[in-house]
Amino acid sequence: MHEAVVDPRLLPVLLSGYTLSLIVPMLTRLLRQMTGWFLALLPLALFVQFLTMVDAVASGQILTANIPWVPSLNVNLSFVVDGWGLFLALVVTGMGALVIIYASSYLQGHPAIGRFYTFILIFMASMLVLVLADNIFLLFIAWELTSIASFFLIGFYHEKEQSQKAALQALLVTGSGGLALLAGFVGLTAVSGTASFQEIQAHSDLILQSPYYLPILALILLGAFSKSAQFPFHFWLPNAMAGPAPVSTYLHSATMVKAGVYLLGRLQPTLGQSSEWFVLVTAVGAVTALLGAWLCWQKTDMKEILAYSTLSALGTLVLLIGLGTELALQTAVLFLLVHALYKGGLFMAVGIIDHETGVRDVRQLGGLWRQMPWTFTAVLLATLSMSGLPPFLGFIGKELMYETALALPRYAQLLTGVLLLTNMLMVTAALILLVRPFFGPPQEAHPHHKTAFNLWLGPVALGGLALLLGLLASTEAIGESLVAPAVSAIAGGELHVHLALWHGLTPMLGLSGLTLLGGVGLFAVHRRLQPGVVRLDTAVRRLGPERWYGWLLDGLLRLAGWFTEKFQNGKLRYYLLYVLATTLLLVGGTLVFRAGIAWEALTLTPLRLPELLLAAVLLAAVGVVVQVESRLTAVAALGVVGYSIAVFYILFSAPDLAMTQFAIETLTVILFVLVLYRLPRFDQFSSRRTRLRDGVVAVFVGLLMAGLTLMAQSVHVRGASALADYFIRSTEPLAQGHNVVNVILVDFRGFDTMVEITVLSVAAIGVYALLKSRTFHLERVRAEQTAVAEQPSPAEPILPQKEAH
Amino acid sequence: MRSLILTTATRYLLPLMLLFSVFLLFRGHHDPGGGFIGGLVASAAFALHGFAYGMPEARRVLLFDPLKLIGVGLLTAVSSGLVAPIVWGRPFMTTIWSQTSIAALGKLGTPLMFDTGVYTTVIGVTMLIILALAEEDGDQEEEAI
Repeated sequence: MHEAVVDPRLLPVLLSGYTLSLIVPMLTRLLRQMTGWFLALLPLALFVQFLTMVDAVASGQILTANIPWVPSLNVNLSFVVDGWGLFLALVVTGMGALVIIYASSYLQGHPAIGRFYTFILIFMASMLVLVLADNIFLLFIAWELTSIASFFLIGFYHEKEQSQKAALQALLVTGSGGLALLAGFVGLTAVSGTASFQEIQAHSDLILQSPYYLPILALILLGAFSKSAQFPFHFWLPNAMAGPAPVSTYLHSATMVKAGVYLLGRLQPTLGQSSEWFVLVTAVGAVTALLGAWLCWQKTDMKEILAYSTLSALGTLVLLIGLGTELALQTAVLFLLVHALYKGGLFMAVGIIDHETGVRDVRQLGGLWRQMPWTFTAVLLATLSMSGLPPFLGFIGKELMYETALALPRYAQLLTGVLLLTNMLMVTAALILLVRPFFGPPQEAHPHHKTAFNLWLGPVALGGLALLLGLLASTEAIGESLVAPAVSAIAGGELHVHLALWHGLTPMLGLSGLTLLGGVGLFAVHRRLQPGVVRLDTAVRRLGPERWYGWLLDGLLRLAGWFTEKFQNGKLRYYLLYVLATTLLLVGGTLVFRAGIAWEALTLTPLRLPELLLAAVLLAAVGVVVQVESRLTAVAALGVVGYSIAVFYILFSAPDLAMTQFAIETLTVILFVLVLYRLPRFDQFSSRRTRLRDGVVAVFVGLLMAGLTLMAQSVHVRGASALADYFIRSTEPLAQGHNVVNVILVDFRGFDTMVEITVLSVAAIGVYALLKSRTFHLERVRAEQTAVAEQPSPAEPILPQKEAH
Repeated sequence: MRSLILTTATRYLLPLMLLFSVFLLFRGHHDPGGGFIGGLVASAAFALHGFAYGMPEARRVLLFDPLKLIGVGLLTAVSSGLVAPIVWGRPFMTTIWSQTSIAALGKLGTPLMFDTGVYTTVIGVTMLIILALAEEDGDQEEEAI
């Protein structure tokens, strides 16, 4: 069994990214071009930190840290480093370092490079929290933070319309999925009674037998699928390639899109024991894998090829986790690493080609291997790993894939077929990426300068790693220390992983050979088939999920427009009417039909003469307000109403309220006078009928408020006979104050007060902005008028050329 | 139009009302008063000054831009809630009181800090609107001339 050890390093490690992101703007100004290297030190240091944890985790420990955050809501800063989380943390920090170095050159001289660093660091820190969170709500928060960082990074070139649209689309799709995920998490917590992944896992039978199992599963899958761009949510990922190359490399291929895969792995032991899970996850994964591969080999834009092949790889990962056998999980873990290494390298390399030549279309590129030797080396290494050639890590990944599929108890042939076809198309894509830009006759587009070291460092390092890890695969370092703990964190129990390049003459080897042959064959004919396939796909696309997204978005905007036009037509009196009528219906309805007033619990004091007199004054003043023709009189009468109420407060010994009421009334009169100044003459705008309607609504609202007060008086709270008694008794012991009213305001309901002053501030700024925009407008009109007046008349044109003579 | 009675009265009223508003703020926890009412009284004082001497003068006496007052006020209120989680690790907005009381002020605690935030925000909000409205009027008068 796993042994939990508290690790004090965890919290600083996880929060350092956020801290550093805060001072980035200052650093970019101070360090200028060295900023990238300096910032890359952080992920590098974190990578080393995580490496030192590998041994402990491999020996069966799990490292934890826990700080209560909102314990009453089960939200805590609790982290767990187990094999699966650590594995991803290594990918996140390792790739992070390389990507930041790469970006420092790729975006060199861009005015907003500081913003890029800020968001990439926020993203990295959030991704680390995501993969190491033990609390599911903490994971959710990190999940959303990565979506937000992704939004800003996709939209980095925000002046381009395409970037804006792609950023919004990614945010809306993953954000909606995030909401579903939250609902699923709430369900999971409600059923299992805990928000810790570790404990939820222990209650998996409880969740499986719950009647809410299916809705919970569906909601969580929606979240995971939209994040990992599974069919039918896949369309946002290729569009997200509008972001700069380092963003595509890091977020949209190596890490963020793996968040869904990570979560599926994390929840596989909890939710994965049902046939619904098996069918849904496997089928969606298989469809995405095939769809991505199919769309991938017909593209000519290299970044698009990479985007769709990433889709395919994500589909394969989801498929493997859906299968859930120990071998499948082992394959998933290894393939995740394989994919991160080759795809990260390829994205960076394609970024270099784009950066140096300005072209990404393979039809306009050729013979680059001589001019771009380092990029060529990187692409060669990456594509060989992608095609699954020995001795690359990709070869082992593919062998394991086939071994998994062949050993399945059900659907073995079908899934082997799916994987075979997907892998063949991947080989074709790899060949397109390798052969077309680098071999053949040189084309028009050529690199403008030598590739900078910062640029080729990342892709070459990743390609080299793919080769090195392949060669070292049979040693303990990979199988036993990295893959086995990750698999055992998902599948539970201790297990051993032995990877090897040579298994002997097995069916898997045969399938690998077949994959290569098929891939090369398809590459040979792809130039001829490509136009036809593209035409077919354009036709299908018209009905595809991206169109559904468009329809949904349009519909939503139209609904919002209709709603605004209907209910917010700019006439304040209607707003007021809607608000009051709704309150009457909902609150009044509840009061009359559901709650009621416990009359017998009320102790009403008998009426006294001063109260009667005051009530008469009040009513008379109200009568004046609604009847008079002069505005000033109305305001004065309104003041009488307000002051009379204040006197009521005094009669019932509430000096606080009375004082506040007096002050408010005074200031209201001042404000009224200031506004009245500006209004046109007092006219009757409304008909008799509308005034009657408004009067009825007003009377009922008044009755409702009186009813609510009486109801509150009749309620019993915690043993006290009424609210008032409770507060009078509890104020001193609980809040150390004698003034009940103020203690309620700043202590018992202090949170409400804080929100109220916020609302007040927003309202004031709104009023201010409205007034100032008018003044601003007036000033501009005046300025234009003077400008027109000062302009020389066209009869005497000034000719400056004459003075030059 | 300046009224001599108003200007003279205001000269004495402004400091008195401001003192009174601070007094209300500090006594709020035990006796009638509090940040909200204190803020209103202070705003009324500044508004009165404005009517007597003109709004630019009120703005000068206020010392701070109302917009900044709003920001500082909100920040103070939120910070008062953060004292407990940061210093004692207790939940947000848990109240903390000093053990010893200080002459004339009484015990200090986070509710007082919170109330100070409310006080500042209320002054900022009220003065922002009153000044903006009154200065609008000034514009119109100029236009009329």
